[in-house]
Amino acid sequence: MTRFVVRRLISMVLVLFAISVLTFLIFQVIPNGDPAQRMAGRLSTPETVAAIRRTWGFDQPIWQQYLTTMKKIFSGEVISYTQQVNVLDQIKQDLPATLSLAIGAGIIWLVLGVLFGLLSAIRAGRFTDRALTVLALVGVSTPVFLLGAVALYFLAFRVQLFPNGGYVPLTSDPPQWLYHMILPWLVLSVLFIGIYSRVLRSNLLDTMNEDYVRTARAKGISERRVLLRHVLRNSLIPIVSLWSLDFAAVIGGGAILTESVFNLHGVGQYAAESIAQLDVPPVMVVVMFGAFFVVVLSAVTDVIFALLDPRIRLT
Amino acid sequence: MSDVASSSSLAMSGGRKPLLDVEDLRVAFRTEEGVVQAVDGVSFHLDAGEVLAIVGESGCGKSVTGMTLMGLTRSPNARFGGRATFDGRDLLAASDDELRRVRGAQIAMVFQDPMTALNPVLRVGPQLVEQIRAHGDLGRDEALERARALLERVGIPRPEERLRAYPHELSGGMRQRVMIAMALSCDPRVLIADEPTTALDVTIQAQILEEVRRLRAETNAGVILITHDLGVVADVADRVAVMYAGQIVEQGTLDELFYDPQHPYTWGLLGSIARVDRPRPPRLPAIAGTPPSLADPPHGCRFRPRCPHAFERCGELPPLEARAGHPDRCWLTPEQKRTKRRVGGQIGLAHGDEEVAA
Ligand SMILES: Nc1ncnc2c1ncn2[C@@H]1O[C@H](COP(=O)(O)OP(=O)(O)OP(=O)(O)O)[C@@H](O)[C@H]1O
Ligand SMILES: [Mg+2]
Repeated sequence: MTRFVVRRLISMVLVLFAISVLTFLIFQVIPNGDPAQRMAGRLSTPETVAAIRRTWGFDQPIWQQYLTTMKKIFSGEVISYTQQVNVLDQIKQDLPATLSLAIGAGIIWLVLGVLFGLLSAIRAGRFTDRALTVLALVGVSTPVFLLGAVALYFLAFRVQLFPNGGYVPLTSDPPQWLYHMILPWLVLSVLFIGIYSRVLRSNLLDTMNEDYVRTARAKGISERRVLLRHVLRNSLIPIVSLWSLDFAAVIGGGAILTESVFNLHGVGQYAAESIAQLDVPPVMVVVMFGAFFVVVLSAVTDVIFALLDPRIRLT
Repeated sequence: MSDVASSSSLAMSGGRKPLLDVEDLRVAFRTEEGVVQAVDGVSFHLDAGEVLAIVGESGCGKSVTGMTLMGLTRSPNARFGGRATFDGRDLLAASDDELRRVRGAQIAMVFQDPMTALNPVLRVGPQLVEQIRAHGDLGRDEALERARALLERVGIPRPEERLRAYPHELSGGMRQRVMIAMALSCDPRVLIADEPTTALDVTIQAQILEEVRRLRAETNAGVILITHDLGVVADVADRVAVMYAGQIVEQGTLDELFYDPQHPYTWGLLGSIARVDRPRPPRLPAIAGTPPSLADPPHGCRFRPRCPHAFERCGELPPLEARAGHPDRCWLTPEQKRTKRRVGGQIGLAHGDEEVAA
C-alpha cells in the first residue's frame, strides 16, 4: 500500500511537470502570442511594451519564466495577464458551478447508462435493444454544443420550461440551483449515457457466457439473482473505472462546452475564455488542476478496482 | 432405434423405472455456420447408485447432452427434441421455474474446467451457501456450517479458511473439490460430472475419482461421468455409452465394452489406452483424422470417413441395434468384427495399410 501511494505520488509529480512544460511551450510558439504586446494594446509605443516586458519578466529566458510562473502558482500568487486578478481565487470562485455540473451529471450518466445497458443486454437482439442502440448512436454522435443550443432554444426560449443558462449557487437558493442545473446535467450526460450503455451491454453479454455464470444457473438460484449477483457485478467493474476517469476529466475542465453553452461560469468556461485571450497562467493552472484530478482519481479507481476484484493487487 | 435402446435398457434395470430415462434426445443450435446438430438422437438410462460413463472425443456432444438435462443449453438459438424423464416429469418440457427447483437440488453438475467455474470476485463460502439456501430454509450460519462440513467431506484441509478464500487462491484440484462439494450440497439424486479430472494432474485425478466412487456408495446417487479417457472409465464406470458426432455408437456394460467392443470407433478408443507401458496421451491420438463438423456431418455412418473397415453399406446410417449382445451402430457382422478388431494381439483400430492381422 505504501509502495502504491509512493508510486502514484511520483507519477503525479511527473505528470504535472510534463503537462505544465508542454502547456507553457505551446503558448510560446503560438503566433501573435506575445503577452506584453497584448497587454499594452494595439496603439502602444515600443517603450510601454518594453516596460511591461521588464516588469512581468517576459525578457528573461524561457526556462526562467517557466520557473517564475510555477513558483507563483504554488505560492498562490499567480496573476492572469488580461484580467490581472489572482487565478486561484478565480478558480475557487468557479469551482462550485463545475462541481455541481460534474457531480449531478456523473450520477445521472452512471445510473442511466447502467440502466439502459442492462435493459439492452437483457433484451439483446429484440426491439428494446435495437431502439436503445439507435438512441445511443444518436447520443454519442450529437455534439454537446449543438445539443445544448437546441435544448436551450426549445426548452428555455420557445417553451420557457427551463431558465436560459446561468448558475445559481446551491448555498444561496437550492431550488433555483436545481432548476438551473437540470438542463446542463442532461446535456452533458447524453454522450456518456450513450457510451456507458454500449460498453456495459457488451460487458454483460460477454459475462453471461462465462463459465461461472453457468455454474450459478446450475445451482438453481433465481434468474434475477444470477443476473445481479454474478453477471452485473462483474460487468460493472470496468464501468467504475471509466466513470471515475470521466468524472475527473469533467471536473478538471472537460465540460468546457457545456459550461459555455449554459453560461455556468465554471472552471472549464474560465479556461476557454483564457485560451481565447492567450492568457497563459489561468490555462496552466486549469490544465494542471485537471491533470491532478485525473491522477488522483485514477489512483482511487485502482483502489476501488482492488476492492471489487480480489485478483487485483495494488502495485 | 430409440425403442431398441430403451427396451434393452429396461431389461437391464430389471423392469423397474430408471432414475433418469433419456429417449431420442436431440439438440440443435442455430449458428452463423448453419445449424449445428450437437446431439442427434441419444438414448440412455441411469439407475440410482450406478455410474454411467459417456465417452468420446472432443466436440462430439457430451457436454451438451449433460447440460441439456439441466436446461443449461436453453437459449433462443437452441432447438430440442426427445424426452428426458426424471421423477415422472420430462425435463425438456419443464418450465424454467420447475427446472430451477430441480437444478442443484435433484440433479447437480460438476463442470469441465474448474479454473473458470467459480465466480472470481466472490469468496468460496458465499458461493456454496447460495446454493444451499436456494433449496432449503437454512439460516446463513447453518448454511455456512453445512458448507464447511461439505468441504471437509471432499477432503479439503482447513475448511474454515477455504470458505473465506477467493477462487484464485486455491489450486485447480482444490477448486474442483469445491465444485464437487457444491454439487453435493443438496444431496442430489443425479450427479453429472463433466470431465471432472481432465484439467488436473494424475494424483489429483485419482483422488477426485475416489471421491466420485465414495459419493456413489454413500448417497446412492446415479452418476453420469463424461470423459474422453477410457482409463477413467475402467476405474469407476458400471456402464458405458460411446458417443461419436452427436450420436451414441455403442452402449454396454463395462465388461462388454472392454472385452467385446463392437464398433470400430470404440476399438480406436481402446487402442489408444491399451499400451500400459507408455504414459496415456491426454487426447486420444490413435484414431487418424478428426471428428466431422456437426453443422455438416457425413452421410451414412458418421465414422465412415475415418474408418479403415468401411464398405459400401456404410453409406447408409446403421441403427443402434444389438447385433451381438449389446447395441452398436456398425454394419459389420459380429464375426467380421471379431477378426478386424485384433491388431497386433490387442484390440485396436487398424490403420488403412496394415489391415487385419489375425
Ligand atoms: N451454445 C452453443 N451454440 C452453438 N454450438 C454449440 C453450443 N454448445 C456447443 N456447441 C457445439 O456442439 C458441439 C458439441 O459440443 P460439446 O461441448 O458437447 O462437446 P464435448 O463432447 O463436450 O467436447 P469436449 O471433450 O471438448 O468437452 C461442438 O461442436 C460445439 O461447438
Ligand atoms: Mg465437454
